[in-house]
Amino acid sequence: MTVVQAYNITKTYGGKPAVESFSLKADKGELVALVGPDGAGKTTLFRCLCGLLEIDRGEIMLAGFDIKKEFDHIKPLMGYMPQNFSLYPDLSVEENLDFYAGLFDIRGDNLKTKKARLYEFSGLGPFAKRRAGRLSGGMKQKLALSCNLIHDPEILILDEPTTGVDPVSRRQFWEILKNLKTSGSTIIVSTPYMDEVALADRAIFMYRGKAMTEGTPAQLAAQFRGKVFRADILPSPEDMRRLNDIKGISSRRFGSTVHVYIGTAENIENLRQPLSGVGIDIDKISPVPPDLEDTFIQFMEQ
Amino acid sequence: MPAAVIIDNLTKRFGPFTAVDKISLTVETGEIFGFLGANGAGKTTAIRMLCGLLLPTSGHGRVGGFDIFKESDKIKKTIGYMSQKFSLYGDLTAYENLWFYGSIYQLKNSVLKDRINELSESLGLTEFLKQKSGPLPLGWRQRLALAASLLHRPQILFLDEPTGGVDPVFRRKFWEVLYGLADSGTTLFVTTHYMDEAEYCRRISIMHRGKIIEMGPPHELIARHGKPDLQELFIDLIREKDKNAQD
Repeated sequence: MTVVQAYNITKTYGGKPAVESFSLKADKGELVALVGPDGAGKTTLFRCLCGLLEIDRGEIMLAGFDIKKEFDHIKPLMGYMPQNFSLYPDLSVEENLDFYAGLFDIRGDNLKTKKARLYEFSGLGPFAKRRAGRLSGGMKQKLALSCNLIHDPEILILDEPTTGVDPVSRRQFWEILKNLKTSGSTIIVSTPYMDEVALADRAIFMYRGKAMTEGTPAQLAAQFRGKVFRADILPSPEDMRRLNDIKGISSRRFGSTVHVYIGTAENIENLRQPLSGVGIDIDKISPVPPDLEDTFIQFMEQ
Repeated sequence: MPAAVIIDNLTKRFGPFTAVDKISLTVETGEIFGFLGANGAGKTTAIRMLCGLLLPTSGHGRVGGFDIFKESDKIKKTIGYMSQKFSLYGDLTAYENLWFYGSIYQLKNSVLKDRINELSESLGLTEFLKQKSGPLPLGWRQRLALAASLLHRPQILFLDEPTGGVDPVFRRKFWEVLYGLADSGTTLFVTTHYMDEAEYCRRISIMHRGKIIEMGPPHELIARHGKPDLQELFIDLIREKDKNAQD
């Protein structure tokens, strides 16, 4: 069942399209990641999807309702966590939840049950009395998410929800998203981090307001054209310059290794000579699978 | 060439709480070293000691050849510090921000002018110099912050989550700049929560509850522990340690 459907939407600011002919579809229980450089239009798109901005052209249907005509039906079904979601730092974890519950008229036993459930999955229960301003980055993000879940939204829109959060907390955050998904929520999330994109059902690469490509993470990684090899060397700056001057090769340093990129049709054997000239022995390099970031950058450089 | 950072059994206690517990490490000149750990592991406390902002409880340490107990003033002039939360003045132009930070280091006007031009060129900031910093895209503000931290030509640069929230294309360009700095002999000491960024470091350490629990080149650590990538390695290590601590 399609829960989120944006068809051919365009939003223009002062003559410049921030989102252009963009289409997006998400089924019930699906998690779609949106990734693009700064200024790609992700936040504008999200604001359109939440009905905070009116689209110039196109159509948005959420849970079967038309956003232009039936927004009142949509509002209770949506949760939107913007990039700088505001918690009240002087209020406790519980008071923040109570506040957001109040906005949706949730009170009494209903509120009690909901809080108990949110504490359970977020692990925030023991910190209920702690002031939000004194939480760690990871806990703050979990509280912000919890505030957005208090009214049981069917559709969740999260704009870079894990920026500044450590890897263990980020993993926990994504485990929560997975549970929400399993219980039927549809989630659209933007992120600059490819390890998170890899956890989505589908991802869309967005650039200058448009969708460049989309697919499952595996399909996207497979769109990379070329081969990648890893050489365990620490090159001098001069070697790096000469390496990049070799025809048919691009490269980048990667910690104590160098990644060498060649075209799909190219045979590494033919590059034995020039590579050995910069200290790379092709008998000692190993192929590495191209990752999502490689594909993303290739798309952006086109 | 002497090592840029040498610490031995460095410890900081706050009352009964040990924030940094006998950590030892050496960072070579021109090395890019990744200093990782979960929130609250003690990274910030350790860095504040290395920058001469906090006196250690015990242990030894030298940064840029200077003793962290006795020569913190000299350390402050030797190092640079750039953070994701680096304060640029949003209402000042990029140029005015650089001028302000250069003045703090008491650089002569003529010297400062040359360095601003030089850094703007190498970091690709020239066309933004006359623009106000506040509205600049995040990636540019971070480059501007990097330029500000380099004006006094520090031998050692501490980078605290330098590319948090920056898109992958910008992040790759930023790291090319960092490799360029390392090539010219600047030592880079980087903290980050992002393992793809950590993989750009020549060596990393992982900190947990005040202690360094693992150290080495990223791909060697991944291979040694038999994990698919640094992310899995990090999460598994931290979770395992947390579990042991609870048992």
